[in-house]
Amino acid sequence: MKYVDDFRSPDLATGVLREINVLMERIGTTAESPIRIMEVCGGHTHTISKFGLDSLLPPGVQFVHGPGCPVCVLPTGAIDTAIAVAEQPNIIFTTFGDVMRVPGSESSLAVAKARGADVRVVYAPSDALAIAQQNPQKRVVFFAIGFETTAPATALTVLQAEKENVANFSILCHHVLVIPPLRALLEDSKMCATAEGLSTHSINVQESLKMGRLHGFLAPGHVSMVIGTKPYEPLAQTYHKPFVVAGFEPVDILMSLVMVLRQIANGRAEVENQYNRVVRPDGNPAAMRAVLRVFTPTANREWRGIGNLPESGLALRPEYQQWDVFAHLTVPQREAADPKICQCGQVLRGEVEPWECKVFATACTPETPIGACMVSSEGACAAYYNYGRLAPNKRLPLAPTMGR
Amino acid sequence: MCLGIPGKVIRIVDREKSLGTVDMGGVTRTVNLLCVVDDQRSIDACVGIWVLVHVGFAMQVLDEAEAKRTISLLNEMGRNNEVRG
Repeated sequence: MKYVDDFRSPDLATGVLREINVLMERIGTTAESPIRIMEVCGGHTHTISKFGLDSLLPPGVQFVHGPGCPVCVLPTGAIDTAIAVAEQPNIIFTTFGDVMRVPGSESSLAVAKARGADVRVVYAPSDALAIAQQNPQKRVVFFAIGFETTAPATALTVLQAEKENVANFSILCHHVLVIPPLRALLEDSKMCATAEGLSTHSINVQESLKMGRLHGFLAPGHVSMVIGTKPYEPLAQTYHKPFVVAGFEPVDILMSLVMVLRQIANGRAEVENQYNRVVRPDGNPAAMRAVLRVFTPTANREWRGIGNLPESGLALRPEYQQWDVFAHLTVPQREAADPKICQCGQVLRGEVEPWECKVFATACTPETPIGACMVSSEGACAAYYNYGRLAPNKRLPLAPTMGR
Repeated sequence: MCLGIPGKVIRIVDREKSLGTVDMGGVTRTVNLLCVVDDQRSIDACVGIWVLVHVGFAMQVLDEAEAKRTISLLNEMGRNNEVRG
């Protein structure tokens, strides 16, 4: 397929892997104290696992999986609320398929459907609006989740509902923003010490590597297609970390890694764009205008494994409140603790590898998930499980380096 | 979740709602084109372009020149690191 096959070419990948080896010889880190690069997006985690990219890397560099899977960061309480809404009388509850089996504190939307609730999987929010138009006697609720990539589709659907006066359409809004959790991870002293005073000049490799547990980021390509590359700049400068906006094919990921390693080798911490066939510096202004017209940042939003983050979610603006499900019905909103045995939180913060979790691939599997990271196809645990990564990574022999 | 699939706009089905049919590797679907229509590109001018589709909405136009530039950078990387001797 156009724009896909080229970026899966083994020939191109081999050349890029050699470049990674050359750079790593220069940087000189080892398996004991490796460079850790966080890929923020669950889509990137999936590509890395599916194509076994991490097993091709030299031992001195590792991928760490980030919080960029919107299904995985849904807190247990949000699922409980969704189930409570779905089980109200006269409701058709519509959701993306990924959310169906995410466990709440007692059941899931799939279980609610089995118990008789009218829960339907939709591909697009506009499909939910169409269901509302076909069922005027019912209230049709769309579970609006996702990062900035998905928020414009919800916003445009709400605007369409307003235009066509589809009064029985509502959303249960749990959209989230990508910058706040990254800032929280960078602020966390366990992960990364700040680089106060270092941001204005370049620093050498050894200084850069002392700065905390994370040394660079692959920024999410499709969030960036909407927000552009500029929102990462304050993070790159404040915390002195390279950010490279990355595409989703295996060669995209490897090329982005080269771009991060080049920055580290040269002591730079900038925002670069590998995915420029899709991502423009300003993102998609029309999509952002729709989001800002309909939504406003929430005071607070709870994230699984990360906790409450200020201004990290989106809520409907006061003038669009009539499209909020809670303008039409009341359900008890409960805070629910995540299961104690589950280590999704540490997985989402990049502190443990999925196989290090006590219940990974034993009590917790995609068939009987305990945590959200095992449910979503983009969750790190599901990616590891589905591609047979049940134990520590074994590195393959390196691609041959330059024969000098 | 943030899955984006490249596809080619093959026809416009509803000008007023900015809906078009997009062919994604043989699978066709009605897609909302509002986010890729602007002063420079009318809805009719979308036919034939490649877009990235996310949850039924075209979120960006694929830039063929940039794709070629990235591939030539990758080829260059391969040539610079060819195994010699």
